[in-house]
Amino acid sequence: MRITRALKTIMEMVRGELVVAANGRISREAFTLRDRPENFYMIGSMGLASSIALGLALSQPKRKVVILDGDGNVLMNLGVLPQIGALLPPNLLHIVLDNEVYGSTGNQCTISSAVGLEKIARSSGYLVVKKITEEKSLRPTLRQYLKARGPVFLLAKVEAEVEPKGIKRVMHSPVEIRNRFMKSIGSKP
Amino acid sequence: MRAEEFVELLKEAGYNFFTGVPCSLISDVIILLEKDRQVPYIPAVREDAAVGLAAGAYLGGKTPCVLMQNSGLGQCLNALSSLNLIYKIPCLLIVTWRGYRGKDWPEHWVMGRACTGLLDSIDLPYKKLTPRNLEEAVEWSSKVISRKRIPVALLLPKGVME
Ligand SMILES: Cc1ncc(C[n+]2csc(CCOP(=O)(O)OP(=O)(O)O)c2C)c(N)n1
Ligand SMILES: [Mg+2]
Repeated sequence: MRITRALKTIMEMVRGELVVAANGRISREAFTLRDRPENFYMIGSMGLASSIALGLALSQPKRKVVILDGDGNVLMNLGVLPQIGALLPPNLLHIVLDNEVYGSTGNQCTISSAVGLEKIARSSGYLVVKKITEEKSLRPTLRQYLKARGPVFLLAKVEAEVEPKGIKRVMHSPVEIRNRFMKSIGSKP
Repeated sequence: MRAEEFVELLKEAGYNFFTGVPCSLISDVIILLEKDRQVPYIPAVREDAAVGLAAGAYLGGKTPCVLMQNSGLGQCLNALSSLNLIYKIPCLLIVTWRGYRGKDWPEHWVMGRACTGLLDSIDLPYKKLTPRNLEEAVEWSSKVISRKRIPVALLLPKGVME
């Protein structure tokens, strides 16, 4: 499965969901594919997209929160998986685009080919855990999981590839990202 | 000040989402928060994860407070500098000041000396707590947060909490 195809499918399928995107290519490509106020592009603080999303899910229990994470990001903040498993926020969908590399910095290996992040998620206590490798199963899986009671962990195995041309940097300033995101929720800075 | 009074003070100032990693100097404060029915205390696995969690809670409309030992300050430096300070996402950091004036166990000596310099280096406003300035300092934290929308630290040496 190609990352761009996976992200395109995900970004097409979200409606009112709040999306928190991990740093690097994932944020940039989510921005390029479908910029919307409900996207929180985390341009720094590698690893913390899941923590930010957890705080959001706990304080906005009526909103569905989707994390677009990377394998390198997850491995950097692995302790958050059992934290999510312990707190069991039903409105959290954790999607990991696992290319087994730090793609944004030039495809240096992570260790995710050896560890099986889905196994860690399962033993961490996520209610639903699934690993998919085929692009064709992404759409039906998402249709189900965007509605499912969570926390759900969806590991999408994607190809390591040279970053295609045309993926833009996030053009909004960090404060703009915050402002429009908070406005879309109805919370005040 | 007693832990009960301090928790009330924080709640009255509007802090309504708590997370962190414990230190024995604020042991009772955290135990009280765990039991509190009005506000959540979410145990974090590390200080940067606590700061990230608090950032999410702020985006979701809460006014968060993170409790930690100063040994965890280095841990969350990247979160503070590449998340909170640039997006203007505030939180109150209550940081116990282990190694204050060198009087502590060896593992606290270096950070006891370095922690204020660390905060200065990223321009994060802070105040040292004393048994007498707690109310004023908490009030100050709210003012800075509502004016600047950045994190604020209160450093808490031994002897401030009963
Ligand atoms: C603390 C920190 N270390 C290193 C980096 C450099 N960096 C930016 S993105 C990235 C890789 C992220 O990997 P992954 O989550 O797997 O996403 P991918 O790029 O593969 O899509 C790295 C190492 C950083 N931004 N912050
Ligand atoms: Mg990767």
